[in-house]
Amino acid sequence: MTGTVTLPEPTRTIDTSGKLCPFPIVEAARAVKALEPGAVLCVISTDPGIQLDMPMWCKATRNEHLATVREGKVFRSFVRKNGR
Amino acid sequence: MNVSRTVKAIGLISGGLDSTLALALVRRQGVEVKAVNFYTGLCITETQRRKGGRADGTIPQNEALRAAAELEVDVEYVDISGKAYFDMLVHPRWGYGANANPCVDCRVFMMRRAKEIMEAEGAEFVFTGEVLGQRPKSQRRDTLRIIERESGLEGRLLRPLSAQLLEPTIPEKEGKLDRARLLDISGRSRHRQMELAKELGIANWPQPAGGCCYLTDESFAKKFFDILDAREAAGAERAIDKDDVILLSTGRHFRLSPRAKLVVSRSEVENALLEHHVAGRARLEAKDVLGPIALVEGTPTWEERLVAARIVARYGKGKDTPKVVVEWREGELQEFYEVEPERDEARLEALRL
Repeated sequence: MTGTVTLPEPTRTIDTSGKLCPFPIVEAARAVKALEPGAVLCVISTDPGIQLDMPMWCKATRNEHLATVREGKVFRSFVRKNGR
Repeated sequence: MNVSRTVKAIGLISGGLDSTLALALVRRQGVEVKAVNFYTGLCITETQRRKGGRADGTIPQNEALRAAAELEVDVEYVDISGKAYFDMLVHPRWGYGANANPCVDCRVFMMRRAKEIMEAEGAEFVFTGEVLGQRPKSQRRDTLRIIERESGLEGRLLRPLSAQLLEPTIPEKEGKLDRARLLDISGRSRHRQMELAKELGIANWPQPAGGCCYLTDESFAKKFFDILDAREAAGAERAIDKDDVILLSTGRHFRLSPRAKLVVSRSEVENALLEHHVAGRARLEAKDVLGPIALVEGTPTWEERLVAARIVARYGKGKDTPKVVVEWREGELQEFYEVEPERDEARLEALRL
């Protein structure tokens, strides 16, 4: 992440640390389903694959992938639920 | 023909070319599609990802997600890796293919689950990327029919790539799908699929590589049947579980005797994986030199413990030293065996699975 990007405060955060493909996405899908349109979910993951998976899942499901940020061995993905 | 936009279908996708094309063919008829990918724990690519990716440091992409993203189709993962699935793998009604792959039973299992999803979602049919005659066991005309009948999806299981060569499905008969816009592909050649991919603007599909399932892998199959046979010989149930599947795809495996098996890690990632499966097994590691973590399951004799220690020593940094001390830890028990690393390759190969 560059210093110029400001990410919104997530409405909800889920921690999928230790879980591997495809379970971070499975849990993210479940969590997004329970959110109101426009709400932001933060998914914490230790699976490097989430850098590829989250943008693709968001494109498929028409949610907005805001960013996936790496902090050491941990990744934080920010997703805004679509307004459908 | 005008197809109602309210028609909904469940598409089973692996992310390979055929299922991606099937998805595109159904979508272009205006059908609302929900894509489903079944998680079995037996996908080679997923396992590669779990182990940190390829040797060059890149991470293989999730092809089902890629396909759904490319076509902007809602996708859901469904975990079927439970006891019922593993029992089916061990006791297939329609038998195995060339290795440990009970493809017909596996398809029936998946289609039954797909039927449940279809009903829950209010969808009218299920479709797949199966192609008549493409695979010797599961994609023959008779087995496609068995899969349809046994799954309870009679008339509601569409194979868009071969539809014109098969009986019309209910949505075709009801005019909800235009049969003329489905295809008549058969056989193993991918030529027509590649042409169609160009026509539909589908790019980046993975090269066909004979499937991504461990059960079709000869080496995996050897280990799969070994563990079942060993359990049966020991009077235990002929069964496997999730832990077994992870261990069968991890490390080097050695059958020490009908009573005992050794699994030796090949990397740091595999070390970490084995550490999660120590319960109920003995854990081995060289004491004063770097080396792999290994697990022994079963009830080894004293001699077999020493053989296991020698093999563990052989794969560590002490392999060229006269003696290596190997720690044997089993619950509260901790012992140290000073052994000569195994240098007899023929003996090693005789034990290797």
